[in-house]
Amino acid sequence: MSEQLLKVNNLHASIDGKEILKGINLTINRGEVHAIMGPNGSGKSTLSSVLAGDPRFTVTEGSVDFHGMDLLSLNPEDRSHEGLFLSFQYPVEIPGVSMVNFMRAAVNAKRKYFNQPALTAGEFLKMMRVKREVVELDNKLASRSVNEGFSGGEKKRNEIFQMAVLEPCLSILDETDSGLDIDALRVVAGGVNKLKTPENSAIVITHYQRLLDYIKPDFVHVLYKGRIVKTGGPELALELEERGYDWIKQEIGEGE
Amino acid sequence: MNPLKQYLDLYRENRETIEQSSTPVLNALRTNALTVLEKEGSRLPGKCDEGYEKTAVDEMFAPDYGVNINGVKLPVDPSLTFKCDVPSVSTLLALVVGDTFIPTRTLLNNLPAGVTVTSLADASRTMPETVEKFLGKIANEDEAGVALNSLLVRDGLMVHVAEGVKAEKPIQIVNIFNTPVPTMAVRRVLVVAEENSSVKLLFCDHTQRDDTDYLDSQVIEVAVEAGAEVDICDIEESSPRTHRFSQLFTKQGNDSKLKVTGVTLVNGETRNNFTVKVEGNGCDTRLDGMAIGKASQSIDNRTYLLHASDHCSSNQLFKYVLDDSSRGAFEGLIEVAKGARFNEAYQSNRNILASKAARMHTKPQLLIYNDDVKCSHGATTGQLDERAIFYMQQRGIPQNEARTMLMQAFMVDIIEKVSIEGLSDRLRHLVERRFRGEDALCGDCSASCTPVTKKDNL
Repeated sequence: MSEQLLKVNNLHASIDGKEILKGINLTINRGEVHAIMGPNGSGKSTLSSVLAGDPRFTVTEGSVDFHGMDLLSLNPEDRSHEGLFLSFQYPVEIPGVSMVNFMRAAVNAKRKYFNQPALTAGEFLKMMRVKREVVELDNKLASRSVNEGFSGGEKKRNEIFQMAVLEPCLSILDETDSGLDIDALRVVAGGVNKLKTPENSAIVITHYQRLLDYIKPDFVHVLYKGRIVKTGGPELALELEERGYDWIKQEIGEGE
Repeated sequence: MNPLKQYLDLYRENRETIEQSSTPVLNALRTNALTVLEKEGSRLPGKCDEGYEKTAVDEMFAPDYGVNINGVKLPVDPSLTFKCDVPSVSTLLALVVGDTFIPTRTLLNNLPAGVTVTSLADASRTMPETVEKFLGKIANEDEAGVALNSLLVRDGLMVHVAEGVKAEKPIQIVNIFNTPVPTMAVRRVLVVAEENSSVKLLFCDHTQRDDTDYLDSQVIEVAVEAGAEVDICDIEESSPRTHRFSQLFTKQGNDSKLKVTGVTLVNGETRNNFTVKVEGNGCDTRLDGMAIGKASQSIDNRTYLLHASDHCSSNQLFKYVLDDSSRGAFEGLIEVAKGARFNEAYQSNRNILASKAARMHTKPQLLIYNDDVKCSHGATTGQLDERAIFYMQQRGIPQNEARTMLMQAFMVDIIEKVSIEGLSDRLRHLVERRFRGEDALCGDCSASCTPVTKKDNL
């Protein structure tokens, strides 16, 4: 049996007093890809935000073990250092902060966390060059402000580029396929696959089976009203694509 | 008690000393100044005089400061003050200690022909007609603040660029406070760029001790004659116990260009007035400001930009980042006079409050007495983008670092508009250090000068 990376136990979380996650249980082992699907408003993005430590959400119950650490007790930056990466559904534009400065700050903060010396300018630039190729990110984008004026596709490529640089052990891709045309989707998914190793894992949140043609999941979970109501293999995604969610609602006794 | 009274008394008691040690050109200002200040009800602006909460200038002048009316030479070791000869910015440097001009050898040896940088008192002896033509003619001598400066002025600085002369190397003036007792500097600065000339000026205000109160009271008059180009950057890095009341007045001739950038990095209480009169046709005017407030600093900028001619454009951008319990104020007024046609005038004030206790007061205004104009004004005050902070944290950037980077980023457009070569990089560095809370600004400067604040015997 492979080693456990993440164990979410009875996780409850709310925003502005409204409970969104109502008892999530999820175990992810090293090397696995888990897809999370579900209708709008079911809590998919909330789950990814809570795991990353988004301060807008309050965890009211439950625990999360992340390779032996109490994830919920870590601040967002330490979760990042420990290997958690969130590819944002809506990457934030940061005018005035260049991609280069942004990435150098991120890389060196992580090195500092592990008591490693900061990279020299030469080492850093070489690293940027190598990692850029993973998602064919234009050099011009690297010299611009973070995400500013990037197209939807460029923003998502930039997310995967950052993932390549930070080498996380758990990547959460929150609707990485939204706003992507087919070509961009192929490049982004290709980047994710290139970064895949037997040691690291991914959570892929998506509405569409399409992305899962490129990023093959080991497990597919259906999130509905703040709970994982069904878990299956890759075939479950195909079935959802074909039949929608109503049959699952019926299964759990909620059908119309 | 009206704070003006102590200065009027001082003047009356020392009138002879002041006038004998001064020159007729400077003394000529005093007659009118006395009339203005003796007028019934004459006073410096108070907190509520200007329509909304602004700096109480009258209270700034209330303490009993020493005024060097006798022209006592203050001991200065220029080698200690060379710290401001900032690396990567190549300038011709002069110091002004209080109101006393001290040139460096570099300046004297390298001033191009046609460029004069000298003490105002000397200039009023050696080139009285030029000084007389401009001094007191650009500033509004009927304002109490200006009149007070005119009444007590002894010296200051004169920069003159002759017709057609382009002064390529920037001229850097470092204003210094270093006396061991509370002191008020009464400084007058006259900048004259004759027709088709050009000059770049960098003013740096430094306080060398942080254990004494200082009041910096200056009036700067700038004449940009037809076709001339003047670029002024004024950086204040003083101390929490320094008060500054700076009044800048400019006038522009036909087809001239003026750029003024006011930067407040470290200060106590600052009030800057920018009175910019565009009287020539076809002028271009840019007026920018940047303020970083921490602790209980107070930074107040007031601009008045008058378009009185045709086919001119002006642009104002003032940005503040206020942290802790610092306070900022901006009051900007654009006036397009009747009959002033085809002008474009823009004004923007953008502020970030980085803490709950910081306060910003802003009042952008437009007065347009004409149809053929393009004008806009606006102000925004907000917080740092929480989504951006979380995004940066998710990538591993610690929250404090993320905040610093965002504050720095907010100032980028002002920093990049500074046109003195090398100064943008230097400012970027200074601003970053300031946001990081590293206030000993010369600490890691490669020029390896002694941090002068630690020296007691100057």
